[in-house]
Amino acid sequence: MLFFSFFKTLTNQTVTIELKNDIRIRGTLKSVDQYLNIKLDDVDVLDLDKYPHLSSVKNMFIRGSVVRYVMLPRSEVDIGLLEDATRREAANQAGKAR
Amino acid sequence: MERLPMNENPAGAHHGNAPQGFPPQNNTLGPMSQGPPQLPPQMFTTAAQLLDLTDKKLVLVLRDGRKLIGVLRSWDQFANLVLQDTIERLYAGNLYADIPRGIFLVRGENVLLLGEIDLDKEDDIPPHIQRASFQEVFELKKKEDGARKVGDKKRHGKLQTLGFEPEHSGEILF
Repeated sequence: MLFFSFFKTLTNQTVTIELKNDIRIRGTLKSVDQYLNIKLDDVDVLDLDKYPHLSSVKNMFIRGSVVRYVMLPRSEVDIGLLEDATRREAANQAGKAR
Repeated sequence: MERLPMNENPAGAHHGNAPQGFPPQNNTLGPMSQGPPQLPPQMFTTAAQLLDLTDKKLVLVLRDGRKLIGVLRSWDQFANLVLQDTIERLYAGNLYADIPRGIFLVRGENVLLLGEIDLDKEDDIPPHIQRASFQEVFELKKKEDGARKVGDKKRHGKLQTLGFEPEHSGEILF
C-alpha cells in the first residue's frame, strides 16, 4: 500500500512512464489505483514516429502490470520521508511474516 | 462479490497474468454494505476514470499488439470492456490499414493501454504514414512480425545463457 499512497501524493505532477514494450509517455498523473493502474492526461509520447497509433491520443489509462518505470520530478519527492516510510513498511512486513 | 479487505497486499494481485480486479463500487454506495471493512471510496478513482471514458472514442492496445479503435460502451471492475463500431488498425512499416470488426467484448487481462482519441487531432495521421490495402499491410506485417520473433528468440537465448529470465516472457508485448 505504501507505493499506492506515494503515487497518490504525486497526482497532478508531470511524470514519464516507460512501458515494458519500450514506449515512453509523458503526461500529468491524474489518478492511480491499488494495482498502480495509471491515468495520464495531456499525454506526450516520446518517439511518436515509432508509435503512430498514439498520435491522436490525449489521455490514457495504463494497466499497472505493463509499466516498467515511472520517472518522477526530483523536486516533488521527499527522499528522506520516502526512505523512512519504506523502512517502516519493510519492518511491518517482516513483523507480519513472523 | 469480491471483497477487498483493508490489509490486502496489492502487489500480489498486480503481478502476473491473473485477471486484474477493479474494486467493486456498488458496495460502497448502497446501504447494503456489510461484512468485512471496505476500502474507502476515494481509492476507486481509476474505476471512476473508466467511467469518464465511457461513450468516448478510444484506441485500445491489447497484449498481443492489436490496436482497436472503437467507442467504449460498457466496462466492469475487471476492466472487461465493450467496444462498439470497432475497427482494427494494422500498422506495418509506413503503411496502415483498417479492418471493420464491429462489437468487441475484451477480457480485462488483455488490456495494455486505453487512450482517449482527441477528435480534433483524429485525422492528423503522421505525414509519413500512408493508408494502404489490407492485403499489402498484412503481408508486410507478417514479415515484420516474423523478423521480430527471430530477433527476440536470439536475444532471449543469449540472456538465458547469462542467467537472465527475459522480461515479459510468456507475455507478448508489442
